[in-house]
Amino acid sequence: MAEVVDKQRLDRDFSELYRAHLRDVYSYSYYRVGNHHDAEDLTEQTFLQAYRHFERAQRESDGRPLRPWLIRIAHNLAANYYRDRSRKPQTNLEDAAILSAPIATEQVVEEREEVKEVLEGVSKLPDDRREALIMRFALGMDNREIARAMGRSEGATKVLIHRAIKQLEQGLEERANE
Amino acid sequence: MSDVERVERLLRSALMPVEPPELLSDRLERSFSELTEAAAEELADWELAAMRDPRNWVPTAAAIVVGTAAAGGLVLVRARQQQRKRNVTGLRALEKGMRDVASDLEKRLRR
Repeated sequence: MAEVVDKQRLDRDFSELYRAHLRDVYSYSYYRVGNHHDAEDLTEQTFLQAYRHFERAQRESDGRPLRPWLIRIAHNLAANYYRDRSRKPQTNLEDAAILSAPIATEQVVEEREEVKEVLEGVSKLPDDRREALIMRFALGMDNREIARAMGRSEGATKVLIHRAIKQLEQGLEERANE
Repeated sequence: MSDVERVERLLRSALMPVEPPELLSDRLERSFSELTEAAAEELADWELAAMRDPRNWVPTAAAIVVGTAAAGGLVLVRARQQQRKRNVTGLRALEKGMRDVASDLEKRLRR
């Protein structure tokens, strides 16, 4: 009987995890692969793998949130995706919300240009810096969560994000001075 | 506003969360169901083998209950999704959800 209760609880917990983080996994996948079709595949594979190993992950998490674990699965699958298909990450600029805003005041046009430049800058960053920024800004993860997802210390993650932002800032400055 | 703050603001605009398409949820639900069904089939094969030995009757019965409960859990997720898609609210939604769960479970138990 205890087994039945455990299995029911496990399924219920997984359903909750799935509902709470479908958008996170999808957003992460989308910004990693740059198109909806592959992002859907990656999201599906991530949750299927998570489903298979959920019991162990929950046991070992010691009550900590499982979002970093999910994102780490997506990260590993995305790495395989590039390795298997010899692809490079792309950023689909047209889908960024601000770029498709229907009202184009002067301010919005100017901001669109800046956002476009930032997206281009992000796509040129080294993999680890780009990923850390996706987790911070698209998923709203804090340093601790990002550190767990990337298998780094919190300190190293903080430095990584700081350097990524600095690199972007320099890139924007250079463009402005051209 | 400092340069770093300006870049952070731009990053927030550029890397906005992306909503997954509704069809993806349906696809995922189907995949979970297939996984559960595969597990249930494996369980059924094992049950048939185990039932030949009376010493296994009690554990086998427990395993059947576990398998059915597992399938039930996922059916509940699917029913909730269907319910949300149909945009039905309040008590009608609850009633509909319960009917879906009951009918889905019935189908599974008949197999």
